[in-house]
Amino acid sequence: MDSLTMMPALPEIFLAVAGMALLMFGVFQGDKSRHWMTWAVVACLVIAGAAVPQLADGRSLAFGGLFITDPFAVFMKELVLIGAVLALIMATGFNEREKIARFEFPILVLYATVGMLLMISANDLIALYVGIELQSLCLYVLAAFRRDTGRSSEAGLKYFVLGALSSGMLLYGASLIYGFAGTTRFDGLAEVLAGNDISLGLIVGIVFLIAGLAFKVSAVPFHMWTPDVYEGAPTPVTAFFASAPKMAAMALFIRVMIEPLGEAATDWRQIIVFISIASMLLGAFAAIWQTNIKRLLAYSSIGHMGYALIGLAAGTEEGVRGILVYLAIYLPMVIGTFACVMCMRRQGRMVEGIEDLAGIARTNPGMALALAIFMFSMAGIPPLAGFFGKLYIFLPAIESGLYTLAVIGVLSSVVGAFYYLRIVKLMYFDEASEAFDRPMGRELSLILVVTGVFTLFFFVSPEPLVGNAAAAAAALFGG
Amino acid sequence: MEIGLAHYLTVAAILFALGIFGIFLNRKNVIIILMSIELMLLAVNINLVAFSAHLGDLVGQIFAMFVLGIAAAEAAIGLAILVVYFRNRGTIAVEDLNVMKG
Repeated sequence: MDSLTMMPALPEIFLAVAGMALLMFGVFQGDKSRHWMTWAVVACLVIAGAAVPQLADGRSLAFGGLFITDPFAVFMKELVLIGAVLALIMATGFNEREKIARFEFPILVLYATVGMLLMISANDLIALYVGIELQSLCLYVLAAFRRDTGRSSEAGLKYFVLGALSSGMLLYGASLIYGFAGTTRFDGLAEVLAGNDISLGLIVGIVFLIAGLAFKVSAVPFHMWTPDVYEGAPTPVTAFFASAPKMAAMALFIRVMIEPLGEAATDWRQIIVFISIASMLLGAFAAIWQTNIKRLLAYSSIGHMGYALIGLAAGTEEGVRGILVYLAIYLPMVIGTFACVMCMRRQGRMVEGIEDLAGIARTNPGMALALAIFMFSMAGIPPLAGFFGKLYIFLPAIESGLYTLAVIGVLSSVVGAFYYLRIVKLMYFDEASEAFDRPMGRELSLILVVTGVFTLFFFVSPEPLVGNAAAAAAALFGG
Repeated sequence: MEIGLAHYLTVAAILFALGIFGIFLNRKNVIIILMSIELMLLAVNINLVAFSAHLGDLVGQIFAMFVLGIAAAEAAIGLAILVVYFRNRGTIAVEDLNVMKG
């Protein structure tokens, strides 16, 4: 049992222990500790982010094979940690202003992040379930974090009920897979699937498992929770929901589909194609009628997950590389967009209507420029980063002969461009109303500048990101 | 008649379906939804333990232990969120979960 070591899991163990220690400090110091707690948690996440690539030595197992690290896991973990750090930094000013700052907030983010890292490194159905639940339980609480308003607690309640339903389905699928394959280990499953005909029970199990995972990436038809939760949760929490958990859930989805279930690709491909098409179309059309910017971004994220799933439907190494590039570009884009949403404040009150953006190019030119960059990039207009994300997704789909999927993807991104460009039109060509409050806060401006510059100048040198993504994808295919 | 694996799987499938229907058809009370969720997880546990006995493999029972533990944590968090919700709205009827629509 040489894999009975814990070394590869050291960053996760460090984060979990640090979280418990910080919780003790928080309890004894009371709410005074909230000022330094965020920065302590950010420091822990940065340390973990530095340790993750150091400890990864090719492909290594821990805890008797329940836990795996490989270049794929390292790549996705870095994305998750970056998303969590940015979301935490954005939250500080907002929480103080809205008087919901408590020391538990960063710790809940910390534990949700530990859950996500576990999901990415899961090599067993049990580890998969425990990781998902550790993440989800923290996210339910975060959604209801503004506990004195009906909307936030309603968002938490809806997220909880539908999240528990999806965990139940995922678990039912896992139990059937265990029963009909005789093992919960991913490598064991791959062996069982490679040798034999796939029994009906196993197929039913796989379908339930896909349903549970599709819920976590909020793909149609399991997207019902997304708009309500995005709208009701406090904005920094929504920014967190849109970034880090999406990365982790997608990483888990890819690993499960490619590693243990890769041999059954002909059986699951049509399901992925269906949910991908449905997500892209719903994301494009349902967003048109939205009047709340957070709801609009929820539908936009459903659409973006649909595009990412195209790469999974291709099921090739290039397809997975495409997803990784897409996610790495999507993360700063969505964080930056939510930083803009958090600047939408008039006379100390948050506004969320799309109409409130009218004419802000004259009153808040910097923020308008940043939001315009993100909107153009999300619409996939070259030479912004979002265009390259879509390019790396559509090319492998065409190479694997998924022409219908690629054509529908391009068409729905044209439809989607309508509502992204409408926001730009509102900002630049409509009558100005009142200006948003200033200053918008040092952290927010910093994040806007960093993510905006990344999105704008990605085309200058895409090689490092694409190269890393290619290495990560190759690791998944045993390269 | 001997009771075999198929019987256990059938019971679990029926319980699981009852749980799902309980979530979607119930229009009265959120507590009933919480009970339905527990029912689903217990159906999964029956599945896991039956398979474990059938295969002569302990992993299924260990999995069932994990599910039990996490189900308890999930119920605690669900009830906590429900209490917060009740304080704000003064009702826990499913029909009233509609401030946000779309």
